[in-house]
Amino acid sequence: MSDYIEKNQDNDGVDRRGFLKCMAWAGTGTLCLVQGGVLKSFALTDVLQKNVGNLKGDLSFVQISDSHIGFSKPANPDVTGTLREAIAKVNALPTPPSFVLHTGDLTHLSKPEEFDTLAESLKSLKTERIFYVPGEHDVLNDNGAMFHERFGQGTQGDGWYSFDQKGAHFIGLVNVLNLKAGGLGNLGHEQLEWLEKDVAKLKGSTPIVVFAHIPLWSVYPQWGWGTDDSEQALSYLKRFGSVTVLNGHIHQTMQKIEGNITFHTACSTAFPQPHPGEADSPGPMKVPAEKLRGLLGITDVNFVRGKHTLAIVDSTL
Amino acid sequence: MRRTKIRQSRTARILGTAIFGAAAVLSLSLASGTLRPLSVIAAQEKPGAITVTIDNFSFAPMQLEIKAGTEVTWINKDDVPHTVVSDDHKLFKSRALDTDEKFSFTFKDPGTYEYFCSVHPKMTGKIVVK
Repeated sequence: MSDYIEKNQDNDGVDRRGFLKCMAWAGTGTLCLVQGGVLKSFALTDVLQKNVGNLKGDLSFVQISDSHIGFSKPANPDVTGTLREAIAKVNALPTPPSFVLHTGDLTHLSKPEEFDTLAESLKSLKTERIFYVPGEHDVLNDNGAMFHERFGQGTQGDGWYSFDQKGAHFIGLVNVLNLKAGGLGNLGHEQLEWLEKDVAKLKGSTPIVVFAHIPLWSVYPQWGWGTDDSEQALSYLKRFGSVTVLNGHIHQTMQKIEGNITFHTACSTAFPQPHPGEADSPGPMKVPAEKLRGLLGITDVNFVRGKHTLAIVDSTL
Repeated sequence: MRRTKIRQSRTARILGTAIFGAAAVLSLSLASGTLRPLSVIAAQEKPGAITVTIDNFSFAPMQLEIKAGTEVTWINKDDVPHTVVSDDHKLFKSRALDTDEKFSFTFKDPGTYEYFCSVHPKMTGKIVVK
């Protein structure tokens, strides 16, 4: 089986064989290179053995997700410990990341002491700045007020924002508030209006990176793994040559390409969840202790200016 | 005991008895440390109280028919928090219920009441009060 997503007969950006191979690596480490809307995937072992070219770029950042501080049940009674291991992994990278994105579910129960532990742990990250978006576990009883006060200073509306780094435009979205009965993740009218205006001023050649907690593509709606109004958000991004969407929530890595948009989900630093439909519910997967760290991890992203290239590398703990 | 959880994944199925035993002890010890509202304890002692179990990201029973004046208690048996919120967001709204935590509401008036989990909105339920 090819290590590349190289055939795209349906013009939907997805080669099934390549995609399945990519899926098979979930949890064992995957590297994805995006070049002009084409995804190339490599096993992380090949990267470590230097079987692939130089991946260093003008900008590198790391995505961590789903730390669930406060969770204490099988298979991981020590989520603070595995978060620390993830931090050590980031700190061991040859090039320190310019910044770190945490894509939500910092805590398990939105408790002040859980936010404290998370913030305290992340102080040891060797990076200049950490950007956050909330997960549904961070906004449980107060519609996100505590999260907003601690991690959302200076943001718009319910916590969305954007910033520029080395010519790339980053957009943090919130899709875990005001969820409707029977529905999925939700961005809402106000945020969509803001997004449309936010990108209106940008040139089509500007690389865009969008990050939010719940996937902005339909991973598995039966388990709530999607966002009701993501299509509208993505319609504002169709004119851009390179769009990368980074999500968490599903506690496993997955990639998909649709036109110029590459979707990628990250591992959790706390506990794994089952593959779509392979269990009765999306609840935490109970795995033997020796297998846990192979299912947790971080995501390292490198951006090469001028080439519109994002190299996405998932590493397990 | 949380027998239904054994079906949750293939990996869980192959876990040794020793590991599952340890998991059960942990879940019991967590349960004993859980704070419960006083009204919930009262409901438990009342004969004929109705319980809806939250398990595997669903309400069971999903639909329920009761007489006016009946108190319904929801108990969360999942490893993740859930809420119980009426579709109008007003009539009843629990805080996030951690494992083994409960929420109760007494339905005084006849009618059809739909509710959902505001954390996982795919989870819905309905109570018909006669």
